[in-house]
Order: sequence, then structure tokens, then C-alpha cells
Amino acid sequence: MLLLGAALFSIGLAVIIIKKNTIMVLVGIELMLNASNLNLVAFNRLHPDNLDGQMFSVFVIIVAVCETAVGLAIVLRTYHYYQTSVPEEVNELKG
Amino acid sequence: MTLATIVFWFFVVTAFASALGILLSRNVFKAALLLLACLLSVAALFVFSFAEFVAVTQIIIYGGGATVLIIFGIMLTSKLAGKPLEVKNGNVFSGTLMAIGMLFIISNSLYNGSVEPLSSEMKPAPIQKIGTELMTSFSLPFELAGILLLLALVAAGVFTSFLKEKKW
Repeated sequence: MLLLGAALFSIGLAVIIIKKNTIMVLVGIELMLNASNLNLVAFNRLHPDNLDGQMFSVFVIIVAVCETAVGLAIVLRTYHYYQTSVPEEVNELKG
Repeated sequence: MTLATIVFWFFVVTAFASALGILLSRNVFKAALLLLACLLSVAALFVFSFAEFVAVTQIIIYGGGATVLIIFGIMLTSKLAGKPLEVKNGNVFSGTLMAIGMLFIISNSLYNGSVEPLSSEMKPAPIQKIGTELMTSFSLPFELAGILLLLALVAAGVFTSFLKEKKW
């Protein structure tokens, strides 16, 4: 299970670096956050008396969904302005 | 090998395969659907780790919220351009190298490090205890999460509400 977390983290990192689309970068970030959640829940099994790992993963899920919402809003905004969703082509701050 | 072990490994393989499919697929929409499959299998793995509350939260928020948001984003950006949803790859060598290096570092520290084997005799955490914890020792992060959600909601609405105007 920890190995699956490591694998998901690495795949998310590869998706972020390789894909040339902002939405795919967001998907990669989701994968990495999910891998960290998997690790938090798995390590919580080492300490069964407290629930810190599970609570922390719940908060990670909440922050991740906030990040997705704001990120997609920014993606829509920049797409409308620059007519592209490739991060390298957005190269000016004020046009 | 019991039935539970088979189901557990089935979900492990599903999560890994769908994550790999996200990396390999060129279609953004297919990648979003594969992300949904990956998130749901991870939720099933949470159930196997006695974290039912986290699993239900994952299914509701990720499966019902984040994936729908991403699919909406894909539909809106593709509607504006009218182009197909193909996505190009770049930095393939460095990305693969970095991912493999990261995987090697993490798995190496997992095998050589001081990680104890996970016990399986943990009791399932009752929902009542989670609710009590959330209201007593985790009340500050709970309130902060509420404020953060409100902020994100208002910010996303404000960002996208001026889309019709040309200048901003």
C-alpha cells in the first residue's frame, strides 16, 4: 500500500512534467495529493489509538478541492485571454 | 488467499493501471475519467485500511466534486477553441527520469528504512469518535477549512464571472 502511494506520487510527478496542458497538470497534482492521502491513512494504522492521520487526510482532501476549483477558474480565465492552455505559451503578465 | 486479499489486490492493480493510463493517454477527457477510476479505487483501499469516513469523503468530494469540475473545465476550454482535445507531450526524458528517481528514492527508503510493517488488528474507528475529535481537538482546522472553502468559492466565482467582458 505504501508502495502504491510511492508509485502514484511518481506518476503524478511525471504527468505534471510531461503533459503540456494546464488541466493535465491539475490532474497530476490530484494524483500526488491522493498518494499522500494513501500514505497518511496507511501510517495511521501504526498508531491505532489516535485518528490524526485520518483527520489530516480529510483536511488534505478539502484543501485539494479548493485548489482544483481556483485552479480551474484561473485556467478558464487564461484560456479566454491567451486562447491556449499550454503553460509555456503564457509568457506575459499584462497584455 | 482469502477473498478480501483478492479484492484488495484488485483495487491496488486498478489504481495503478488507471494512474498509468492517465500518463499514457493523449485525450484529456479520457484522462479525467481514468482519474475518477483511480480515485474510487483509492477510496476502496481506504475502506480496507479501516478509514471508512475518509473513503466516504473521498467518494463525495473527489468523485462527485473535483472530477465533475475538471470535466466541466475541459468542456468549457474545448468549446472556446473548437479544437480536438489532444494534448502534446514535452520533456519526456526528464519527466520519466525524475519520476523513476523519485520512485526509487521512496521505495528504497521504504525497504531499508525504519518503517514497521502495518498491523492489521486495528479496530475500525467509529464515526462518533471522528465527529467528537472534529469538534474538540480539531475544531480550529475545521473552522479554517470552512473559511478556506468559502474563499475558494467566492474567488472562483469572481474569476470566471467577468468572462464575457473583453477587458479586465
